[in-house]
This record gives sequence, C-alpha cells and structure tokens, in this order.
Amino acid sequence: MKYVDEFRDREKAAVLMTEIDALAARIPRPSGLPLQIMEVCGGHTHSIFRYGLEGMLPKSIELVHGPGCPVCVLPMGRVDDCVAIAERPEVIFTTFGDAMRVPGSRRSLLQAKAEGADVRMVYSPMDALGIARNNPGREVVFFGLGFETTMPSTALTILQARAEGLNNFSVFCNHITIVPTIKAILDSADLHLDGFLGPGHVSMVIGTRPYEFIASFYKKPMVVAGFEPLDILQSLWMVLRQIEEGRAEIENQYARIVPRDGNAQALEAVGKVYELREFFEWRGLGSIDHSGVKIREAYAQHDAEKRFALPNVTIADPKSCQCGEVLKGVIKPWQCKVFGTACTPETPLGALMVSSEGACAAYYQYGGVRRRLEVL
Amino acid sequence: MSERIAAELPAAELPRRQVRVQRVTLAHGGGGKAMKDLIHDVFVQAFDNPLLNGLEDQARFDLASLSARGDRLAFTTDSYVVHPLFFPGGDIGKLAVYGTVNDLAVGGAVPLYLSCAAILEEGIEVELLRRVARSMAQAAKLAGVQIVTGDTKVVQRGACDKLFLTTTGVGVIPKGRELGAHLARPGDVVLVNGLLGDHGAAILGARGDMQLDSPIESDCAPLHGLIEALLAAAPGTRCLRDATRGGVATVLNEMAEASRVSIEILEEETPLRREVKGFCEILGLDPLYLANEGKIVAVLPAAEAKAGLAALRSHEFGRDAAIIGTVGSGEAGRVTMRTVFGGVRIVDMLVGEQLPRIC
Repeated sequence: MKYVDEFRDREKAAVLMTEIDALAARIPRPSGLPLQIMEVCGGHTHSIFRYGLEGMLPKSIELVHGPGCPVCVLPMGRVDDCVAIAERPEVIFTTFGDAMRVPGSRRSLLQAKAEGADVRMVYSPMDALGIARNNPGREVVFFGLGFETTMPSTALTILQARAEGLNNFSVFCNHITIVPTIKAILDSADLHLDGFLGPGHVSMVIGTRPYEFIASFYKKPMVVAGFEPLDILQSLWMVLRQIEEGRAEIENQYARIVPRDGNAQALEAVGKVYELREFFEWRGLGSIDHSGVKIREAYAQHDAEKRFALPNVTIADPKSCQCGEVLKGVIKPWQCKVFGTACTPETPLGALMVSSEGACAAYYQYGGVRRRLEVL
Repeated sequence: MSERIAAELPAAELPRRQVRVQRVTLAHGGGGKAMKDLIHDVFVQAFDNPLLNGLEDQARFDLASLSARGDRLAFTTDSYVVHPLFFPGGDIGKLAVYGTVNDLAVGGAVPLYLSCAAILEEGIEVELLRRVARSMAQAAKLAGVQIVTGDTKVVQRGACDKLFLTTTGVGVIPKGRELGAHLARPGDVVLVNGLLGDHGAAILGARGDMQLDSPIESDCAPLHGLIEALLAAAPGTRCLRDATRGGVATVLNEMAEASRVSIEILEEETPLRREVKGFCEILGLDPLYLANEGKIVAVLPAAEAKAGLAALRSHEFGRDAAIIGTVGSGEAGRVTMRTVFGGVRIVDMLVGEQLPRIC
C-alpha cells in the first residue's frame, strides 16, 4: 500500500538496526544500566508492540512506555463523573470506543450502557454533533478526551454547535496537555531517562518549539517521531546519535507531518475555546499543574461540567497499582505486583491495562506474559 | 405461536395464502389466520420442498439413506443478528444458511438439512422478510441443503432488532474422516482459502458509522464443496475451522490451545485485500481479528501442503488461498506472527470487542 509499505521496508530496517547496534555499543554506560528512552505517545507504544520492535533492539536499549495514552491516565473520579452524566435519562452520552471500558469506582461506561444508559460510540465529535441535531429533545454530551491531537476537533465542534445554535450539545472536557506532563516526569526524583521519542500527532498541532526546554534546561535529547516502524527506528537512531555526540536537541524525524510552528488554524480554535486549568488529576501521576484545559466561560452553554451537577469526587488509585511507576519508567509493566494476576485486560485494575495503547495491555497482549514468566 | 411451519402448510389445492398488509404486527404472531398467512407467504413458498411439505410438527428423515452416506451425524446451531440486514455481498438470510452449512462442513460433514427459526420485530416490512426468505432459499439451493422445519415469533417493537434468525443444521460425516482442533502436530502447515477480513470490514462499512465509502463486499460463501476438494487432495488434513467471529487470530489460538502446540504465521504471507488493509489502517483495527464468512483455517501435514493448496486454489472460493504459517513445538497455546518488519509479536485472543483507537 502506497505511503505505508515504504515505511515498513525490512531491508531498510536491517540497515538501521546495524547502525543502532553499533551506536549502542559505542555509547558508554558507566552504571551498566541500559539506555532508557521514553516514547511519550501511546501510538508509538502500539506500533512498537505491533511490529515487535522491542525484540529487535539490543539489550543495551530499553524503551520506556510513557504517559501518552489519554485513556490510560484518566483518573477514576472523572470516569465516575462520565458515568453519572451518562446515567441521566435525558442524556445521550457519546464517546470514542477506547474509553468505554475504562473502570470507574462504580462501573465503566460499557457497564452503564448494559444497565440502560444511552451510551453511543462515535468516531468523531462531529458525529456526536449530528446526533444532537437529530435529537433536539435530548441532551447530547461528547466525552472530550485526548491530548492536543484531538483537542482541535472538539474545539471546532463546539464552534460549529455555537454557529448552529445547537444548545443541546455539550462536551465533558478531559483534554490534557503533554508539555507540563513531560516536565513533571523530568522533575521526578526517581527518573533516569536518557532521551525521548516525541509525540508525532500532538506535534502536528503544537509544533516542536514547546519542547525546547527539554533540551535547553533538562539537557535531554528528543526526536519527534512518526508512527510507522521505520519512523520509530530512525528516530531511535537519531536519539542515540545525539547521546553519542553529547548533544541535547529537539529534532524532527516526522517532518512530513510536523511543521516547526504547528498548525495555526488548529491552535486558533484551541485558544478560542479552551483555557488552562490550574491543575488536573492524572491516574498514576497525581495532580499536575496546568496539565489540562477547560472550556472558556464564553462557551459555558456547551460545557457539560457547567450543565450537569457532577459527583466530582477524587478517587485514589488502587493501592496495589503501580501505574505511576510504570508510566515514569521506574519499573516495567511485568514488574508490577498485580500485572497479569489481579490486573488483566478482562479485569483492568490500572488504566494502563485498559486501552490497547496502554503499556500494560500492550505487554500483556503482545508478549509481556512470557517476559514476566521468564523473570519469575 | 410455537407451531411449526410444516404444521401450517395448507393442502396443495387450497388457495394461496398471502399477507396483504405491508408490515408485521403482533397479530402475525398470534397463532391465528394472520400468522398462518405470514408463514405461508414468506417462508413456505420460498423454501418449498417435500420434507417441509410433510405437514407435520417435525421433519422426518429416513435413517437408512442417511447412514448410507456416512457413519456419524453432525449437528450444529447458530443465531444470526447481523446489523444491517442487507450488506454488500450478502444479507442475514444468506449468512444464516452458509454459516450453518460451513459449521457442518468444517467437521468434514456433508450438510443436508437446516431448520429456520425467525424472531420478528413488530413493524418489520413483509416485503423485506420475503426478500430474506428468497435469499435463504437461493442459498440453500446453491449449498445443496433443504430447509425442512422452522418457527416464527413476533416480539414487540424494541424487543429485537428487526429480524433475528436461528438455523440448525444436520449433516453426515463419511466414514474414516477425523478432523479436530486437537490434532495439529509440530511441523504441520497452516492454510487459509483466501483474502481475510472482508466480511468484518463490509459490515463495519455498511453500518455507515465511519462515513467511509468502502467497496468491500462480504465473503459470505458455502464452503462444503471447497472442503470436499481439499479433503480429497489432502486426506491427512488435521483440522478445519471457519474463521468467523474473532477472525483468524481466534481460530489459531483455539487450535494451538487444543493441540498443545505453538503456531507461527508470517504477516507477509497473510492474504489481505488492499481495501481491507487500508480500512484497518485508517480505523486502527487488526485484520486478523476481523470476521470472515467464507474463510477456513486448515492445518495439514507438511507433505500434503502442496496438494492441499493446489486443491484450494482450483476452487472458486479458494483462488487466493495461501500457506500462512507453521505449527511448532514452542510454548503450548502460543500464536505468534513474524511481522513484515522482521519482528515477532504475539497474536492473542481478543479480550472484548475490537474497539478503534482514538489517536
């Protein structure tokens, strides 16, 4: 398939692998620990597992699967709020498929649906708007979820709802921003990451400038990466080269999609509709300042948080869960106490087990169980 | 309401019974004249055959003629609730016939008789039912089976989605045929009879949720002829399964588990239509888990692989057949795929439904 197969070429991969092996062998590791490189984005995690990339890399390189799965980092209290909205008889609750199975403290959206709530899976917020148009007597709520990747489409939908006067459409906004989160990870004491693969689709919206502090202040290399397996290998190679040469820069491997300054129209819509929250709660990572956005007062009509009374209770993560340590790369998924036992894709305790982009689910599905058995 | 179609059949000389209203009402499930008219108009006329026309509560078979064809009966049932009822390449009726025919055929059976139970939602158009019944009759004719008994119920609006069908099938297994998911052995090869995932992609496309104009048609087809050809060319065939819900990945896992073997497939050899590949790329789906309605997974001893593949390829429903992998003696129950990229990933059972990823 054009524009796909070129990026999955095995021969090119072999050349890159030879280069990566040689580079990894040349980089000194005084502590003896592997080089830890974090892929921030869940899409990368998915590709890494989908193509079996981890098994191809030398043992001296360890990939750390970062916080970039927006479904995974959603705290239980917010899921409870969702379920509370969805259970209202006047509401049609619309959501992306991934979010259906995320466990709340009482139930997931999927369970709420089974118990009678009108929960519908959509592929775009515009589909939700269509439902609002066709159901003027119902309140249609869209579960706004995701990083800067999905933020503009929700914003544009709200603008469209305003333009059409569809006052029965609102968004339960759980959009989050990546930069403060990377900063929080970099500030944590138990961290020893050597470099980053930067998120591709987020960067398509925000550009590469917002990451510059990672290089200038924290002195860590980052390469904004595409999602095909060759993209990922090439980006890893670029990170390793920076490490070898003692550089810390923000490089852009995904230049075919990511402009340095991002997408002006998307950013304009985002700026018009949202403002930063003072803080937002993340599953596993706790509260992070300025890491989420809310809908501006001017669009309060379309803000589900303003339209419905919400339980708004903070629920602590289950004690046995080590999602936070996995997210920061302190432990691997299979080193978590409950991985594959109490916490499985059928009965996820931690959110990292829920979405196919979650590090734990990916490990579980694509080979982590074996990895864990080897260790035990 | 539970009377059988066979019991409702009037003597051949009676005037033809017809439904004159456009939509099914609860009266059509009441057991009275309205129901008799509906059953006759829709089902009996379409399915018309001597066993159905026997005017009894049950179809009756002559045992001697059955046992002349083999030494074991195969018996299976399946329900069909597909939405939408009509989709590119098929409809619920065709699916209900071929699905059950295939469930018999993968056991090595010659499919012979089907039942048909229909649950109708109040308000469904009678003409739509006629279309489905005609489609079933045509499919049965093509598959060489007869629909010999049945049942109809009407439920209130909202209690079912327009039309649910259940077909039960009976077939005979010729002497000496032993197929089973537990019979795969290390060294065997794994074949499929063609392009994977068409049905799943066609249904998802037809639902219109994706707003993708996809030209993909369901692969819905009766496979007993193909299977007969395969078994003639490769009599040592170990096991066959049709890769319906859960796709090829699920079938491979079932086989690996039952046989206590490992299976490795090669992504490069996995036959996929360009459109299905694109469909999956856009929606973040894995074609290995998409449903098929005309595809089998076959495990053959390596020595018969070539003959088996040739037999499949010379049949109209096996043109794109391929050897996709091998059975190994690795971790029992483990299915892996060597990716086009040279890596290896585990192909596990799906946990729930395959939910599209958001970004």
